[in-house]
Amino acid sequence: MRAHAFIVGVVLAGTACLSPLAPAAAQTIKIGELNSYKSQPAFLDSYKKGWEMAIDEVNNAGGVLGKKLEVVSRDDGANPGDAVRVAEELTAGEGVNILCGTFLSNVGLAVTEYAGNKKVFFLAAEPLTDKITWQNGNRYTFRLRPSTYMQVAMLLPDALAAKKQRWGLVYPNFEYGQSAVAAFKEMMKAKQPDVEFVTEQATPLGKIDAGAVVQAIADAKPDGIFSALFGGDYLKFVREVDTRNALKDSVVLNLLGGEPEYLDPLNDEAPVGWSVTGYPWNEVTMPANKAFVAAYQARYHDYPRVGSVVGYLMIKSLAAGIAKAGSTDTEKLVDAFRGLNMDGPFGPFVYRAIDHQSTLGAFVGKIALKDGHGTMTDFKYVDGASVLPSDAVVKTLRPASAD
Amino acid sequence: MNWEGLAFQAVDGLASASGLFFVAAGLSLIFGVTRIINIAHGSLYMLGTYIAVSLASAIGGPLGFWGGVAATAIIVGVIGALIEIVLLRRIYSAPELFQLLATFALLLVINDAALWLWGPQDLLGPRAPGLRGSLEILGRHMPSYDAFLIVIAPVVLCVLHIVFVRSRFGRLVRAATEDRDMLGALGVNQSVLFTAVFALGAFLAGLGGALQMPREPASLGTDLTVITDAFVVVVVGGMGSIVGSYVAAVIIAEVKALCIGIGLVALGGVSVNFSKFTLIAEFLVMAVVLVARPQGLLGRPQIAVRGEAALEAPIRSASRTLTVFGIAVLVILAALPFLARSSPYTLVLGVDVLIAVLFATSLHFIMGPGGMHSFGHAAYFGLGAYGAALAVRWFAAPMGLALAAAPVAAALGALLFGWFAVRLSGVYLAMLTLAFAQIIWSIIYQWQDLTGGSNGVLGIWPNPPFDRLPVFFLLSLALVAAGVVLMRRILLAPFGYAMRAGRDSPLRAEAIGIDVKKVHWLAFAVAGTVCGVAGGIFAFAKGSISPETISIDHSVNGLVMVLLGGLGTLSGPIVGASVFAILQDFVMQETEYWHALLGGIILVLVLAFPSGLVGGFLRIAARWRRP
Repeated sequence: MRAHAFIVGVVLAGTACLSPLAPAAAQTIKIGELNSYKSQPAFLDSYKKGWEMAIDEVNNAGGVLGKKLEVVSRDDGANPGDAVRVAEELTAGEGVNILCGTFLSNVGLAVTEYAGNKKVFFLAAEPLTDKITWQNGNRYTFRLRPSTYMQVAMLLPDALAAKKQRWGLVYPNFEYGQSAVAAFKEMMKAKQPDVEFVTEQATPLGKIDAGAVVQAIADAKPDGIFSALFGGDYLKFVREVDTRNALKDSVVLNLLGGEPEYLDPLNDEAPVGWSVTGYPWNEVTMPANKAFVAAYQARYHDYPRVGSVVGYLMIKSLAAGIAKAGSTDTEKLVDAFRGLNMDGPFGPFVYRAIDHQSTLGAFVGKIALKDGHGTMTDFKYVDGASVLPSDAVVKTLRPASAD
Repeated sequence: MNWEGLAFQAVDGLASASGLFFVAAGLSLIFGVTRIINIAHGSLYMLGTYIAVSLASAIGGPLGFWGGVAATAIIVGVIGALIEIVLLRRIYSAPELFQLLATFALLLVINDAALWLWGPQDLLGPRAPGLRGSLEILGRHMPSYDAFLIVIAPVVLCVLHIVFVRSRFGRLVRAATEDRDMLGALGVNQSVLFTAVFALGAFLAGLGGALQMPREPASLGTDLTVITDAFVVVVVGGMGSIVGSYVAAVIIAEVKALCIGIGLVALGGVSVNFSKFTLIAEFLVMAVVLVARPQGLLGRPQIAVRGEAALEAPIRSASRTLTVFGIAVLVILAALPFLARSSPYTLVLGVDVLIAVLFATSLHFIMGPGGMHSFGHAAYFGLGAYGAALAVRWFAAPMGLALAAAPVAAALGALLFGWFAVRLSGVYLAMLTLAFAQIIWSIIYQWQDLTGGSNGVLGIWPNPPFDRLPVFFLLSLALVAAGVVLMRRILLAPFGYAMRAGRDSPLRAEAIGIDVKKVHWLAFAVAGTVCGVAGGIFAFAKGSISPETISIDHSVNGLVMVLLGGLGTLSGPIVGASVFAILQDFVMQETEYWHALLGGIILVLVLAFPSGLVGGFLRIAARWRRP
């Protein structure tokens, strides 16, 4: 039985050894970053490049408050349980009081909840669910990307302009897809009371049976289609629509469909004419964007995606927030972030004091082909502030305890 | 929805069935002959798509596509043979199921290798030259490639069938599926046969993956989605039956296609969206089939494989040294909040390790001494976690009450599902437990109003004084220690002996008056209940809970922990869970390619300790004692 003793001893010793060394006197400002790098590589690879570039820019310009920024990056395991442990490791083990990142809605919400409970600053970069800033919002959590509600509202004018009565819906069957479709239905009913939803396909995330879904939608003969598909599901859907010669006479709206992450793998099969939100990185002529693209390409010999912009702005926001607060104190940082004005590749935006949502927008336009690659045409930048509901409505959505 | 539309969907469903068939046929063959549950089979399929896309875009044209598909199948077949020769052959003599651990590690390694080779972005392959267009059927367009797929699967099925009926190789494969030991006794070279079968299975997976190129992009997520689908098909069709795999693939593809085709329907004033059932359709089919016909549609009842593993030593009560040592460990752990005052993260990780220990120990309770290999143990963990979380959310229950609700919810689930599960054995039992876990998962996932859907339940924090980490750690320690000791006590009581008797020799156990089914059913319920406690602690430790806790990944993690420690000893799961939890936490911090690192470490452990960590150490200890 000595062996038993030995093994358990080893395990115990292992546990004890994990106690990290005492942190050295802080010459840097540490930021804890966590994301689902393994589970969502297509989006997060460019996101990582984006924040790495921002870190170097900030530090080369002398850092913040005379200190360099340092990001401690971790994989969050793509599930809330691991994510909370990683968040605890970052705060308790690495001693950070600023967290940022996350991609999936449920992971983002779990970290939001953790941040609120433990009074840790959290900037949710990617997750789209409205609940992060509204229903489950708290004092310590801010969000960078336009939420599901905002993205839907950006596409709404195209849906209304089409003046179609019969609509078909297709979406991945989880928080993002469900709330996108719910928001779309509600907004359409309010603005166009005669609207009719003739089919609704909720597909398992990442496992769409595209042929059958496209066929079922075509059989319902809708005049317009609202889709919230992305990633592999989007690719399969687009290809089946084309192969089956389906939906020829329908207007198609696809949330996120113009983001290079999801559009580029299609190459010359990009669905021309679909209305999408996205980022036509090489078409946007704003000087700030051109400078950003040039710097990014010089550094990585690759072009930026939406993820790059999000990662970049996440670190830039934190740097600006810390500078404005004049300290890394959590409460002061929260106060500084409320109403923090930022300038980025897409132009100025602000972290709203009322719900901690940034007013970063997105580009809305139609997909076109250029030199055998998908891009966007007739696009315009829609400021996030213009699509958010009124303050009175927001106040009813957000718990009073959040402020 | 009209009948023509449904008929068209039904024809179209056959194309999806073909894709499922290729990967399932290979898996079924491999399992039938080698009894290996090849978790990495989906990775071979994924490699098939990646390699085919690379070849097709590098060479281009019809040669690039069709030649690429053929070349891909051969390449993946060779990879399969290599895996068998280099890795699996070394561990055939390990206890049953242990090979699963090796293939799980392979899955992790292959996934990271693909990320390194092909990058993170999905790769959409070219369309099939010559089959780009579509045929018109029932006034609708069916892609000609789909028509090709509909034809090719039955053709391959016929070829395989003829090979198995006519050739010597086929006879050997069938004989090995039927009774491997007898085949060995007759002097057949098993290692050549195993390599050949593994290569053939991999070839089929590669072919299946390559043929999906025009329909699906090569993507890093395919390995896991495909492997679960393939398992369902294999089990529904009957392990080892190729025809059964095809029939099952058709049934499942048809059910899904019809769910999508029916779409939104108003049933008595309530509108039901049938497309949502695609999430769970295959598992419902599997559960129904397994309950009605335990060996699958065309499978034969499984013959127990005596295997090459040595007989397991009986469990004995702890020696005095071990008891003293166990108490010492508890004392040290209880002192941990004071010892680790400078590093609070130790306690955070400590709670996670404790939860993992209870999870793994309860799984081991039915897997080891019970002989019931549950592949869906996360279900009871999740039921416990949701039981606690929903008690807080809907009834504002205080923490104590919510923690008590956890085992109750898990026990109810385990009693219900266990009743069905104990009627089966071996891999069929494993898959039925998996099906139940998936059904629970999808109910929780879909029932948004009650459970919060994919977002889960938020805001479940412990009440004071347990909101302080050291106190919460001590509470977890007390609960986990109590659970482990309780299960140990049960195993050493007459009930535990009856359980093991039922595992080792059901006939004799029945003959001396043990109601084996009932004993195993109760054991299942005990394991589920204890696992529910782990879930309850988890909910309060994290402050939120979401459906991932019930996912297949989590169930597989449990299996990995138990197998890593070794099935044969009671301390196995404790050591396995601790090592796995700490290891995972460690590698996640260390490297970008942490999947590969974790897989590599597990592979090394598998090769070094083919009877699990504890078994390996015991063997070394025995060698010391008798030099």
